[in-house]
Amino acid sequence: MNDTLILDPNTADPDDAYQCIIDMHKGLDDDESHAVNARLILILANHVGDKNIIAKATVVARKSLLEK
Amino acid sequence: MPYIPAKYATVVPKFVSSGVVERAKIVVVGAGPIGLAMALDLSLQGMDVLVLDRSSQLSDGSRAICYAKRPLEIMDRLGFAEKMVEKGVNWHVGRVFFKDDPDPIYSFDLLPLKDQKQPAMINIQQYYNEEFTIEALAERDNVEIRWGNQVVGIDEGSEHVTVDVETDGGTYQIKADWLIACDGAHSPIRTMMGRTFEGETFQDNFLIADVKFKKKHPSERHFWFDPSFNPGQSVLLHKQPDDVWRIDFQVGWDIDRDEIVKPENVTPRIKAMLGDDIEFDYEWISVYTFNCRRIDRMATDRVMFAGDAAHLVSPFGARGANTGFQDTDNLAWKLKLVDSGLASTALLESYNSERLLAADINIVNSTRSTDFITPKSKVSGIFRDSVLELSREYPFARLFINSGRLSTPVPYPHSTLNTRDCDQWDGGVAPGTNAIDAPISHKGQNAWLLDQLGWGFRGLYFVGPEGLNDKVRQELIELAKAAVPIATLLVVPTGAEEDSTLPTLVDCKGLVQARYNTAEGDYYLFRPDQYVAARWQKFVPGNVSNALMRAIGKSGEIA
Repeated sequence: MNDTLILDPNTADPDDAYQCIIDMHKGLDDDESHAVNARLILILANHVGDKNIIAKATVVARKSLLEK
Repeated sequence: MPYIPAKYATVVPKFVSSGVVERAKIVVVGAGPIGLAMALDLSLQGMDVLVLDRSSQLSDGSRAICYAKRPLEIMDRLGFAEKMVEKGVNWHVGRVFFKDDPDPIYSFDLLPLKDQKQPAMINIQQYYNEEFTIEALAERDNVEIRWGNQVVGIDEGSEHVTVDVETDGGTYQIKADWLIACDGAHSPIRTMMGRTFEGETFQDNFLIADVKFKKKHPSERHFWFDPSFNPGQSVLLHKQPDDVWRIDFQVGWDIDRDEIVKPENVTPRIKAMLGDDIEFDYEWISVYTFNCRRIDRMATDRVMFAGDAAHLVSPFGARGANTGFQDTDNLAWKLKLVDSGLASTALLESYNSERLLAADINIVNSTRSTDFITPKSKVSGIFRDSVLELSREYPFARLFINSGRLSTPVPYPHSTLNTRDCDQWDGGVAPGTNAIDAPISHKGQNAWLLDQLGWGFRGLYFVGPEGLNDKVRQELIELAKAAVPIATLLVVPTGAEEDSTLPTLVDCKGLVQARYNTAEGDYYLFRPDQYVAARWQKFVPGNVSNALMRAIGKSGEIA
């Protein structure tokens, strides 16, 4: 299994994918948005399956927030 | 009618106030389940043991009720597992419920691997375990239990350890070769020795109600997240013998601990859970918080710690007492070899490293369960609930549900006692891993593999249908004559003859071969605690002797 986290462009239709994520939140209040985000992360984490990739993604995500 | 613990007569030994220092080989402090098992193991290894306990009664409640397969295997070696299993409630199915949905969102079966002597898990009150161990100890003439004897001072030297002991009749001193502190979570020995016990306390309380009722209910572990009878919190239900049920309510941090345990305050909770018409009696009510902590070292020159005195975990996963028994299993044979001069004290250092590793892994597992059961932040709660909601429909999410990962033995893959594989193995049981049981037949009788291991070093030599050649037979016999002997058992396929000289196990279901992934000519070396020390696909006596040296801590002395 390739355990490199892809950070180069990899999404075929980026605008469609982005809109899907935004649409998922339609009509939700903040708490509901948190809850739907959590579900999405869990579903994608299972799809990825590799704990090393998930760990790398969490590091990138946190770093991008704290070092902005 | 509540349970009343058995009481024993306190002992005032003859040395009290005499000024004479009593000599002892081994002092075990604490006559709880771990101290008693430690004493019994050492006694059966042929060592004189003196057990001191400041109280004079058994456990004041059911306390540790779940006993996992590996501790049962240890108790079987010590001779009382049969009583435990006969009295205990054998269960292997767990179900997890969410809110008021009557159907579980997740169920598990603890016994994927059948054909082993001991069950996956039994539930039984701690005081039965203590009682059975005390009965076994009563048969031994090299063990003495002194109830009402409290250690109030300790001085560890490089050759001896001296303790001051207080009794109802006055004080006295004991000078022992070894001391094993099994004196529980609040270990006075640990405090007196100024040892650290670092970790975290979880800001939550759990209310235990042991109740007796006759209502039909399956012998399963049931766990609820956020049911309406305990909103926002968890509840655990477990069956014990004698129609006793353990109900464990999460009750939060900000409570009045004296009020919450009053029966009039517990009853509404139980009726809300089991129905207004439920008729029950209380056996025991208790409230507890929990900690995940461990001591800095489990062994110094003359003092070893075992059980809760050395490490604490949350109760989810039944990793407390179960881990403690494995401490004693790991320590007893090592202490015997070091004490008799056959191994250096390096072997005791391996007790420290192997069992600290086990403690750390248990703490990680227990902390993860706790984080899932009692989320510490809003976002952690959102993820937990998301897992539970997704689980109703999607199987993947059920694997994230963590209501306690139940105790399994911790392997020591990097232990200094292991000899690394030099052959290619695809599975089997790797060095540093506990033996897996399998059915065998021996002298025409059905028996179990694990019953043939233990107490000393054992080898398993896998022989083909045509039997053993004389040269190998002689080499195996020589190994059994060494200062630290290795008794080899031959494993033969069904239909093969038993050997005329060496004990032979017939692999009647082929499961020894399958579980150890062996071929003809393979050799496994087991430590006295039934962990694999080494294995080879070709038997070379010199390799086996070298592996034995490593396994007794003499890795530097290989010729």
